[in-house]
Amino acid sequence: MKLSEKQNLLHYLLHMADNGLILAQRLGEWCGHGPVLEQDIALTNIALDVLGQSRYFYQYAAEVDGNGKSEDDFAYFRDEREFKNFILLEQPNGDWAHTIMRQFYYDNFMQLVYSQLVSSSDAQVSAIASKAIKEVDYHLKFSSEWVIRMGDGTDESHKRIQEAASALWEYTGEMFIPADYELETLGICTNVANLKNEWLKRLNDVFNQATLQVPQTNWFQTGGKSGVHSEYLGILLTDLQYIQRTFPGCKW
Amino acid sequence: MSSTKSWPLWEVFIRSKKGLNHKHVGSLHASDADMAIENARDVYTRRQEGISIWVVESINLTASDPKIKDSMFEPAADKIYRHPTFYNLPDELKHM
Repeated sequence: MKLSEKQNLLHYLLHMADNGLILAQRLGEWCGHGPVLEQDIALTNIALDVLGQSRYFYQYAAEVDGNGKSEDDFAYFRDEREFKNFILLEQPNGDWAHTIMRQFYYDNFMQLVYSQLVSSSDAQVSAIASKAIKEVDYHLKFSSEWVIRMGDGTDESHKRIQEAASALWEYTGEMFIPADYELETLGICTNVANLKNEWLKRLNDVFNQATLQVPQTNWFQTGGKSGVHSEYLGILLTDLQYIQRTFPGCKW
Repeated sequence: MSSTKSWPLWEVFIRSKKGLNHKHVGSLHASDADMAIENARDVYTRRQEGISIWVVESINLTASDPKIKDSMFEPAADKIYRHPTFYNLPDELKHM
């Protein structure tokens, strides 16, 4: 079934919004559990940045949808199969190394995406990107430095960050495969397939400094962008959506 | 935590806006100077408190000895003539 132009744009906006929402939820799980107070705050700051970006996309999605829905309807009243986030982002926090590596893979990608979206043909998308790029520049600096610090740190930290790099690698391929709704909205969005070389180049640079091996497997998980997720998303959503599902429309 | 395992302590100074001086705002733990700047950014400037950050490892500060504060600071107490409060300022000068 071919989607209308409006539906394609809506799906793309939800894809972008879902990425931020799901990652923010995962990062929020660190709140009160960070290894030190300073890093606890750092991660929740990043969570609030990406949640803020996500809200802009949901709000715009609601406008495009035009059926009187709000950002909350998209966040709290859709089911797992309707979420279009990368499978990478719903992966459990694991240890600090896993959280940092998930963040680095994503930041490295999003910095490239937002750099392109600044010149999107859609004024609203361009405006969101212009605001987000400053935040993501910082996130990438933060996560890159942690990858280097752990990789080039002690035997234990090196081992853990290398394990995280390998474990999460299979979720990175999906980022560079455009979904149908992206191919139908090129110009508004960017062709993510074109970003892979630069992403790899920057990753190589950071991994070199971190004395880490770049994983060589090239079989990748896919499906998240079209709503086929790992077993973790459903559990995450029950937590995220619990209050609104139990008391629909409640405010506090 | 034992001292070999915890990160060193850093003192943080924030300049709230252009033209003002950096002010001590507190301290935090970080493994190195770059991390200290970033931690300071997250802990002390998340509500737009500043536009510039200095950090210095606490161990590098030299402080006056509180035990000799009488001899250090008392002698200034009765030197009121050191305050420039004995001049009659013309009315045109509003912001002295």
